[in-house]
Amino acid sequence: MIDYSEYLSFLCSALESQNKKKLILSENTSLVADIGLSSLEVMEFIEKIEDHFDISIPLNILPDVNTIGDLATKVRQLNL
Amino acid sequence: MMFDKFKPMADFQAELAERSVEPFGAITEKILSATEGVVQGRNVILAGTNNYLGLSFDPRCIKAAQDATALWGTGTTGSRLANGSFAEHQALETEIAQFYGVDNAIVFSTGYTATMGMCATLAGPGDVILLDADSHASIYTGVKLSGAEIIRFKHSDPEDLAKRLRRLGDRAHQTLIIAEGIYSMLGDVAPLQEIAAVKREYGGYLFVDEAHSMGVMGATGRGAAQAAGVEADVDFFCGTFSKSLGAIGGFCVSRHAELAAIRFCINSYIFTASSSPSVIASTREALRITAAEPELQAKLWNNCNRLYQGLKSMGLPVGPTASPVVAVAMEDRSRTIDCWKALMEAGVYVNLVIPPASPSTNFLLRNSVSAAHTSAQIDAIIAAYAGLISAGLITGTQAH
Repeated sequence: MIDYSEYLSFLCSALESQNKKKLILSENTSLVADIGLSSLEVMEFIEKIEDHFDISIPLNILPDVNTIGDLATKVRQLNL
Repeated sequence: MMFDKFKPMADFQAELAERSVEPFGAITEKILSATEGVVQGRNVILAGTNNYLGLSFDPRCIKAAQDATALWGTGTTGSRLANGSFAEHQALETEIAQFYGVDNAIVFSTGYTATMGMCATLAGPGDVILLDADSHASIYTGVKLSGAEIIRFKHSDPEDLAKRLRRLGDRAHQTLIIAEGIYSMLGDVAPLQEIAAVKREYGGYLFVDEAHSMGVMGATGRGAAQAAGVEADVDFFCGTFSKSLGAIGGFCVSRHAELAAIRFCINSYIFTASSSPSVIASTREALRITAAEPELQAKLWNNCNRLYQGLKSMGLPVGPTASPVVAVAMEDRSRTIDCWKALMEAGVYVNLVIPPASPSTNFLLRNSVSAAHTSAQIDAIIAAYAGLISAGLITGTQAH
């Protein structure tokens, strides 16, 4: 079973191409406020995660996702 | 502060005002015909109205509306579930059901409340909704209200849809799949044959919004599912009376008898006033004309092809196929606004579309074609775009 840190590591590495500010990404990095992802870029990123883990991420979870750590937790729950 | 979130919009409005451009909510001061008007003091060809069959000025529809006003009054002053169901509303429901060859129909006050209300009500907690990523705002608003699990599939991608249904396992059977016939911003047609095949393989219910395809596609004008030959696979059709039928209102039709019970559960149907009798009467007449005069659809497509080929031959970035919606994609916001203004000055009104109303990061100059456009008007629209190229606002091979 994949643990939280592995999800976090994947998400950080998958975000690098959209990390235009060259931030040091961590679980506390905000997808919108810090990285500056637009709503369209958030959805593109979600699709990347879905394809990688072969899961579907419901839109319902997005209001609870602010940071990379929030997303790692949700993806782990979905992929259990 | 509560209002802080509106500041970017206020800034954008200020920028438009400074540039003396008013693309959003431009006031039409006079309508001269289905395809001509006076907008912001200019006589313009209307190339952004969704008046696909040009029926908004059909004398038979106007007469029907006038007669209904004299007979029934100006409004119903109530909800369909209270005092607002007149014989006219019931007759339109019977006729729209017959038009689609099914037994059940609901007529709503607008197209938005039809799709929003159906999407909010059909699936609920414990169910799943799989919607096309480029779905209309009314669909997104509805599914958010539903309480169902909401998953997007990639735009017009049946393989992605199949992948997501596979992931759902047994839950695929309690999934509402949502697609549109023609997508409103780019005018692309959904691959409904392939989507229907996926539904047959995995199960679920298929909902198709024919807002921009009713009256426009299919042998009798039912829309994209009829054109694709997959109507038997569609569980629910939604649509609007505000485009091809030249009025306002919406509908849902279905072969499922359960629609009778669903009607009593849709807030956007129950808690709003019903359409004015004049609107229902002109819609009934427009529906009759749509079924009786297929030549309107043929004329529309002649105009679609003429505009599409005209713009494409100049190298403008239009969609993959001709359609009643022909959108020119642009990358630069400021340049797109300049183009919109120049088109107005050349006597052509089109829609300016900015994200998130457009399905990508692109800005759009969105043209919609009518059967009522003359060939000369289509050529004038093409000439106006040629003027943009001559003025250096866009290049013929790639928009800025």
